[in-house]
Amino acid sequence: MSSLLPALRASLPVLFGYVPLGIAFGILFQDLGYPWYLATLMGLVVFAGAAQFMAIGLLAAHAGLLEVAISTLALNARHIFFGLSLLHRYRVRGLRRFYLIFGLTDETYSLVTGTPAPDPRHADGYYLALTALNHLYWVTGCTLGALIGQALDFDTSGMEFALTALFLVLLLEQWNSVRNPWPFLVGSGCGLLAILLLREQMLLVSLSLTLILLLLHRHRGEAPA
Amino acid sequence: MSGTGYLLAVIGVMAAATFATRLTPFLLLQHKADHPLLLYLGRMMPPAIITILVLYGLQGIGVGSLHAALGVAAASTVTLVLHRLFRHPLLSIFGGTACYMVLLQGGLLA
Repeated sequence: MSSLLPALRASLPVLFGYVPLGIAFGILFQDLGYPWYLATLMGLVVFAGAAQFMAIGLLAAHAGLLEVAISTLALNARHIFFGLSLLHRYRVRGLRRFYLIFGLTDETYSLVTGTPAPDPRHADGYYLALTALNHLYWVTGCTLGALIGQALDFDTSGMEFALTALFLVLLLEQWNSVRNPWPFLVGSGCGLLAILLLREQMLLVSLSLTLILLLLHRHRGEAPA
Repeated sequence: MSGTGYLLAVIGVMAAATFATRLTPFLLLQHKADHPLLLYLGRMMPPAIITILVLYGLQGIGVGSLHAALGVAAASTVTLVLHRLFRHPLLSIFGGTACYMVLLQGGLLA
């Protein structure tokens, strides 16, 4: 598959973020006393970093299933905004479509919207490769952490900065290609406001505000259709 | 241990809830994918979202202390400068991450 190598290169920073984070999750998970392969299972079918970390606390407190459901929905509600802006890109049908939607994490979204597909006419192969590779990194991290736990020697602390660095690079790239400063201004304004007002729900608040402002902006006719 | 059954139920619930949040827009709006409004959002939201994700990442890491914030600022600057100069994503990311790891493991960010 000719998309594999470009996807590998593009997703390398995600590997540097997901593996240490996955390991951290795996270590916390096996602290709870569950067998290691259930960390693998969780990474495989949930595939959501923040939610999995939150789950550690919920599991330790023996939270009820309803509470788990509501907390997960609230934490991951921001994914709704991802799908909203990917409708025109995710055209493929069937099992591949299912998998693309299933694997829609923050980082996958950033790569899909921020890096060019090697063949624009068959971009879905590229998106699938990105999704699958990120999934692999995450599951590997979770498994390693649960298996090897505290025995890991190499000091990887700080390596998860790779994710922030990736977002910064993608931001620069977007800045070069999207000539309109307006979405960046809206994003910064809403983001900063949300951090100041409601830090814990920062993503949901800023994304909702952003959506509203972008819609208003278009309605007032200032943006080109 | 409270039982593997409980854990499996939790995993199942979380998988369903997570997938639901990702699936919803596709389920509800796919037949309108070519609507001008959704195309507009498809163009405008990615830069806004990436800006928000940058802020989210920065505030997640850089808040422990002034030192932590300065360390994050330094590593971010390295990333941005490298990218401005060379336009090579992996170099920029590696450079910024290496800078951050050195500062962190060198005990400068406590």
